Formats: sequence, C-alpha cells, structure tokens
Amino acid sequence: MLNYIKLILLGGVILFAALAANWAHDLAYQVHALLIFVVGIVMFVWVLRHTDEPVAVSAGDVTGYMDGPVRFGIVATAFWGVTGFLVGTFIAFQLAFPVLNFDWAQPYANFGRLRPLHTSAVIFAFGGNALIATSFYVVQRTSAQRLWGGNLAWFVFWGYNLFIVLAATGYLLGATQSKEYAEPEWYVDIWLTIVWVAYLAVFLGTILTRKERHIYVANWFFLSFIVTVAMLHIVNNLSIPVSIWGSKSVQVFAGVQDAMTQWWYGHNAVGFFLTAGFLGMMYYFVPKQAGRPVYSYKLSIIHFWALIFLYIWAGPHHLHYTALPDWASTLGMVFSIVLWMPSWGGMINGLMTLQGAWDKLRTDPIIRLMVASLAFYGMSTFEGPMMSIRAVNSLSHYTDWTIGHVHSGALGWNGMITFAAIYFLTPKLWGREKMYSISAINTHFWLATIGIVLYASSMWVSGIMEGLMWREVDAQGFLVNSFADTVSAKFPMNVVRGLGGVLYLAGGLIMVWNMWMTIRGGASVKAPVGVAAE
Amino acid sequence: MDTYSFLRQLADSWVLLAMFAFFFGVILWAFRPGSRSMHDDISQAPFRNEDRPAADDSDAALLKGQDNG
Repeated sequence: MLNYIKLILLGGVILFAALAANWAHDLAYQVHALLIFVVGIVMFVWVLRHTDEPVAVSAGDVTGYMDGPVRFGIVATAFWGVTGFLVGTFIAFQLAFPVLNFDWAQPYANFGRLRPLHTSAVIFAFGGNALIATSFYVVQRTSAQRLWGGNLAWFVFWGYNLFIVLAATGYLLGATQSKEYAEPEWYVDIWLTIVWVAYLAVFLGTILTRKERHIYVANWFFLSFIVTVAMLHIVNNLSIPVSIWGSKSVQVFAGVQDAMTQWWYGHNAVGFFLTAGFLGMMYYFVPKQAGRPVYSYKLSIIHFWALIFLYIWAGPHHLHYTALPDWASTLGMVFSIVLWMPSWGGMINGLMTLQGAWDKLRTDPIIRLMVASLAFYGMSTFEGPMMSIRAVNSLSHYTDWTIGHVHSGALGWNGMITFAAIYFLTPKLWGREKMYSISAINTHFWLATIGIVLYASSMWVSGIMEGLMWREVDAQGFLVNSFADTVSAKFPMNVVRGLGGVLYLAGGLIMVWNMWMTIRGGASVKAPVGVAAE
Repeated sequence: MDTYSFLRQLADSWVLLAMFAFFFGVILWAFRPGSRSMHDDISQAPFRNEDRPAADDSDAALLKGQDNG
C-alpha cells in the first residue's frame, strides 16, 4: 500500500520537475529540475518493480546494527574529501597563477565559482558525510540499539548527498545567495531542512529507545551539532524566492542585521559543525583506539556545557570595525577568549586518554593521527581567540592569516580525526582484521602533517606581510603600497601553499587506495558487523 | 517600552541569571557525591556492545528496566 502512495508522490515530483525544467528562468534551476526529473524517474521505476513483490527479510536485517548507511557514508566521505582537496589545490594554484582561470572555461571554472565549491565540498560533503556516518555508527554502539526509523537512515544518506550535488552544480552554474558557507539557494535550503529533520529523527529515536541507561558524551555532542545546525540553517536562510521557477531569492534581513545573522551562522557552523560534531567523533574513537575510557568523564561534561554556552556568542568577532555596534563586537571578542578554556579542557581530556598508552604513539599511526588532530585543535583554538581580539584583528582581518588559521583547524583537526575514524571503521565495517597497509597510513600521516605545516606557515608569513603592507604609511600619511603590490609580494607564499595542498591531496589519494585494497582485497576474517551492504 | 528595550533588559537580567544558574547547576551536579561510580560506568559504554545491540534481557537492558520501574 505504501508503495502506491510513493508512486503517486514520485509521479507528482516528476511532473513538477518537468514543468520546472520547461519554465526555468535560469540555467542552474533548469539543470537542477532536469536532475530531479531523472532521479524521480529512476526512483519511480525502482519502486514500481518492487511493488507487490514479497519482501525478503533476514534475521540480521532487523536485529543487528544498521551499518549499510555507515558504509556508504564512509565511502562518500573519502570520495568527497579527495574531490574537495583537489578543487582546493587547483584554486590555490589559480591564486598563484591567474592564467589557470582558463578563458575557455569562463565563467564556470573561475576562482569565484570554484571557491565555494571547495569550501562546501570539504566542510559539508567530506565533513558532513563523516559526521552522519560516524554519528550513526557511534549512537548504535553506545546505545546498544539498532538505528531507529528503518530506511529513514538511507533517506538521510541519499538525501544529504543529493543536497551536495545540487549545491555544487548550483555554484558552478552561478546560483548563489552570496552568504559564506550558506551559498545554496532557497530550494536547496528547503531540501536540506527536510533531510536534516529526518537525521534528527533517526538520531534522537535511537537515543530514546536506547538499552544503555545513560547517554554517552559523544552522543551529547552529536545531538547538539544536529539541533544547533538546524536552528542556524533555518534562521540564516530566511529568504523569499523571486519566482517558484527560478533560483534567485531575496534575503529577509538587510544591512547589519543580515551581516550579524550571517556570522552568527558562520561562526557557529565552525563551532557546532566542525567542533561539536567532530568532538563527538573524538570522544568515541580516541578511547576505542587507545583501548581505555576517556580520561575524565566529569571534564567531558563540563567541556560540553561550557562549549555550548560560550560558542553561540562568538560570531560578532567576524565583524570588528564594521557597522555592528561596539558592544556586540566586544561581546563576541570576550566570549571567543573565554572559549579558550573549554577548548583546551577538551584537548587535554583527549590527549590524557592516552595516559598509560603513550607507547602506542610509536607503533600505531592511527593514534598518531588522533594526537596530531588534537594538537591542531589546541593550536587553532589558541590562535582563533587571539585573532578575535580587536587589535590583532585589525592586522589579520581580510588577510591570508585567516585562511591559514581556518586550514590549520580544518586540515589538522577535522581532517586528521576523520582520517583516523576512517582507518578505524573501514576494517570493522567490511569485516577485515586491519587496514591493508599500516605503513601507507604512516605515509599518509606524514604527507598530511607536512602539507599542513607548509600551508599554515606560508599563510602566516603572507597574511602578516599583507596586513603590514596595507597599513604602511609614509611621513605625509599616504599609503605606501597599492593592493596590487601585496598581490605580487604574495606570489612565493601562494606557491608554497599550493604545494602544501598537493601533499595533503596525495595523502588523501593514498588513503583511498588503502581503503580500496582493504575492502576489495583478502578474505574477511570474521562475520561482517551488522547487516551486509545492500 | 518598545520591544527591543524590553528584550534587551530581560536578556541583561533574568535570562542572564537563569543561564548562569543553569550552567553552574550542571557543573555542581557533575561533582555531586556519588557521581564517580556512575561516570566510570558511562565511560565504559563504548566497550560494551561493539558487535550487536544488547538483548532485551541483558544487563544493560535490565538496568534501564529498573530505572523505569
């Protein structure tokens, strides 16, 4: 019966998409309508062929953990990760060598369109798939319960990746609402909202039906990430479409209110997407890999509540010396500095979990990735508060220093903890004893580390130089340097940054090869965990 | 009083107090006597059910059952 309803709904979607493709006002909307049209037809045929067929249910399908979406999520994480690193490396070289903005590829492959493709690919596609996959894995293990909601978890995986495809193609075709990290247009935002509510339902449903007495701390972090991102996404994307047949929309907020809403969103995307969510990963995978419980559970509780209460106020530090009232930017600055304490509390908690297992640092490259990740978390959460101080910000803002800071956090903390989680999960999810090559993990670790060091140090030099050149005045009070002077002075640093990206990308490719060999090669050593991949 | 001034005053007084009270309440609660054994128990959660969900009559399920009953 349900299949008949599905067929009717899918038929409606296909009809609407066909009309939308016909009446589309712009290219991005038209391509998206055709994409939805094709997806709708494929799903229609698939559902039709399974209608009134007997449903085969094996015991493992309903009693074990549901790991199918986790497997797909891990593969998607690796795929989008390498894609995002590749685009990032390419645009890094575009900055050093502008000729790479090929004339024949205009306007689709210029820096302005590829840059949001890079940021969204690494944050939302790589990071988001990693968060969804690991949260589904962790919440089942720490709740001793199968994922709630049956196939809803599959909807979350496919729906989220459809969102990514729509966002990425939209950027290339010129559909953007010009909000940093929230570029997708109105209909893509609505689709993400639907997927996110389903994600919340699966996660919360699993927690509510748990067979453990208490909710493990990793799930607290994951839950705060899901709830807060939902709130941020909805408020920052309040907009009115110009036409239902076009991608253009107009923001509800204007002026400084819009700027404040955007950076309230933007900084909490860092705080809850890239910090709270990944801390959820840290609080599960570091204890598991070290074979010891978290150093202090009390500290983890304080870490959680302090982070939640402080992060939400830090956004205004992105708007120093703007139309924003001074009290608001001072508030943001003060809360950013206070944030140092919970951040370092969490870092210490993670590192001290290795107390008594420090010898593993010598033999286990996965532990090494985790320690490096926590070290970068500590470094970037020291650097960030410092840069939020108004006086420091007057030097660092709009320069490459900010880019270096973001990448030491994103490549170091988010990237490395994700690589560690992938190396932990791949053998477990596909029933292998361990990764195909341990020395390849080690190579990956060193390529990534050296890549980040090249990236961060060149951007420090470049950014501080840029900031000093912009403010340099002569005896008469005239500016000494033109903007183009700083651009040409940055050339060597831009090349070094690109090389750092090449190393980081090479590490990612080695990881993909290692995953491929682990999944494809060799017999499984034990029965796969949970159900087999569909 | 206009909406902005009202909200601003409320945020600067009672809401601020409520958030501080909640925050310090949470921390004091974490340090209450007898919380150590509970925290030790929770911190073992990642090591208990690695391969399959807890059966309905397992220790973990029983614990939860007692909690409810």
